[in-house]
Amino acid sequence: MSDNNKAGPEIRVGLLVTCLVDLFRPGIGFAAVKLLEDAGCVVSVPSQTCCGQPAFNSGDRANARAIAVQVMDAFANVDYVVAPSGSCGGMLARHYPELFEDDPALSARSRAFAAKTHELVSFLVDVLGVQSVQAAFPYAVAYHDSCSGLRELNVRDQPRTLLASVAGLQLREMKDSDVCCGFGGAFAVKYSDISGAIVSSKTACVEASGAHTLLAGDLGCLMNMAGKLARDGSKIEVRHVAEVLAGMTDAPPIAAAAPEKA
Amino acid sequence: MTVYPSSPQFKKNARAALADGQLQKALGNVRTNFIAKRAAVADRLPEFEALRDQARDLRDHVLAHLDVYLEAYERKVLESGGHVHWVRTAEEASRIIVDLAKSRGARSVAKGKSMVSEEIGLNAALERAGIKAVETDLGEYIIQLRGEAPSHIIAPAVHLNQEDVEAEFRRVHTWLPKDRDLSEPESLLAEARAELRAKFLAADIGVTGANFLVAETGTSIIVTNEGNGDLSQILPRVHVVVASIEKIVPTLEDAASLLRVLARSATGQEMSVYTTLSTGPRRAEDVDGPQEYHVVLVDNGRSNMLGSEFEEMLRCIRCGACMNHCPVYHAVGGHAYGWVYPGPMGAVLTPSLIGVDKAGHLPNASTFCGRCESVCPVRIPLPKLMRHWREREFERHLSPAVSRAFLGLWAFFARRPALYRFATGLTMRALAWAARGKGRFTSLPLASGWTNQRDLPAPQGQTFQAQWKAHQAARRKRP
Ligand code: SF4
Repeated sequence: MSDNNKAGPEIRVGLLVTCLVDLFRPGIGFAAVKLLEDAGCVVSVPSQTCCGQPAFNSGDRANARAIAVQVMDAFANVDYVVAPSGSCGGMLARHYPELFEDDPALSARSRAFAAKTHELVSFLVDVLGVQSVQAAFPYAVAYHDSCSGLRELNVRDQPRTLLASVAGLQLREMKDSDVCCGFGGAFAVKYSDISGAIVSSKTACVEASGAHTLLAGDLGCLMNMAGKLARDGSKIEVRHVAEVLAGMTDAPPIAAAAPEKA
Repeated sequence: MTVYPSSPQFKKNARAALADGQLQKALGNVRTNFIAKRAAVADRLPEFEALRDQARDLRDHVLAHLDVYLEAYERKVLESGGHVHWVRTAEEASRIIVDLAKSRGARSVAKGKSMVSEEIGLNAALERAGIKAVETDLGEYIIQLRGEAPSHIIAPAVHLNQEDVEAEFRRVHTWLPKDRDLSEPESLLAEARAELRAKFLAADIGVTGANFLVAETGTSIIVTNEGNGDLSQILPRVHVVVASIEKIVPTLEDAASLLRVLARSATGQEMSVYTTLSTGPRRAEDVDGPQEYHVVLVDNGRSNMLGSEFEEMLRCIRCGACMNHCPVYHAVGGHAYGWVYPGPMGAVLTPSLIGVDKAGHLPNASTFCGRCESVCPVRIPLPKLMRHWREREFERHLSPAVSRAFLGLWAFFARRPALYRFATGLTMRALAWAARGKGRFTSLPLASGWTNQRDLPAPQGQTFQAQWKAHQAARRKRP
């Protein structure tokens, strides 16, 4: 993608890798780095733990604020903050300003910070103008629109645009692709049987699509859907959209074992 | 009769609902019909989004000047010869209506569909006074026969299938021929109509709710698809309107603009079939109408919401779109919520009205998917308001001790990046090792909440941050 290596001042991107990617599937983080570097960005990974969403959604504003300040400090010196997640991206871009609404010292800062935060795929397309990627994935895929990305950050067409440029890939739109998968963070554990019912409806749609691989832009949702598909003995593979766009699909899919070494 | 509120047992209710095959079949209709119809009618109206903005602004304006409009409304009702009763609590509200009925010697009351009458427990109060309440809305009539509460704010019997209704009619209407054909929805409707007609005529008092109360004219407005509202307010001698205080709108024109988004959001209709306006008792020149006209204005907790972080909830025009689009409602139906108002709007309103100590599960049982907010005609930020309830619970230490402990432990690490990296680095490597060759866990100590429904994908091994450090060091070594 050398044509995206525009001359000019360098674009400094801080990768908010997200706690789930950091801990469970670092490969997504490296896929994000590759996509950003191919598009001409200089990527750094400031020290980080989590965006604070678990505290925020549990009603613990004090811890949510403390973590938000920690994140804003860590990413103070980059032009953009980019996350391979609509959920964490939405936390920074939509909810940090809410957290500091009544705080004269931090309100403006949180709004400025929100304005420089983006979800990975929409950043590539909307901000950097990337229209295609160099990757091949000769399979039929279904794409699930994760809720926060879709409704908080308008991520819908951007992943489809880039997926259309992947050699051999065929997008099979599934029914209810924009309906929640039932993850919802702590909800999946606290109300596990309701969450289980919701993800069953989702995986039924995935199965009906006839896709070989299920993609989405948020690892939380992916772990939920992959876990359910695995539990039901499904053959469908599950990956983060960035892995496919970056052409980094050598690692076993989510919830799958590494193939036996000969 | 359903025991209210059963919201504290939300989890138990939900489990029962998930195991109820008949209910799950009925919920299939909500999952498809409502959503497709709303989407089609919204797409056909280019200015729909602008109308939603207007509707939101209008409702906000009313809430900011609620006292002014309520007083103006009262003046107009009095001028038109009606009576206004201001009540603070649910008990007061039902007592006033029961007393009215008793003093008029009423033996039966014909009721139009009204959620606020559910909220104040009117039917039970009438029953206790020996007065029969007859529900005239088809859905309400069916659930009344079954001794159930509504499971949806605009489609009270949506938890039932056609065959359930047929069985109920055969059980209750024993005086009708046994071999009659009830296989079509129309035949069920016709049978209910015939049964209800007699009861309309016998009723001494008609009680209706109100979709809107118009300050400029003292008019109350209801919309229905069956026309039962008209009959329950025209035929009896006394018409009682029971409505909560936030139903007010300034002018008839404002009501008209809200009606445009109401029916579209609710049922995907451009307009409901019947829009009925009533202003005061029958005048000399009127051909019909009640001799007495009463309005019972119910506060029951609303004025406490004004000026609080929950004020936006009072914009609600009770269209039901939020529950029609809610994955949790789709999974468990309305009864699981355990009180009058289900779905996302109930998850915000119920804690306000009966206390978050009783209804605490409701705002927690949400994935925050945001689909409710994306369809709400008055743009109520429902997830945000649910989150505010979680904050109140957290402050008051109402959230469960186990989840507080987990959260506290997690936050301790999340606020100490170096320690966090050390601890998670070890844990993830250990987990990856434990799942080697499988890539996932089918069960794991402390993770049963997850693994009782689905497998837990195993971590790949080293954390990203550990790998990144090594990766950067290697890069620096390269020339
Ligand atoms: S909250 Fe909004 S969508 Fe839900 S019933 Fe009220 S107006 Fe309708």
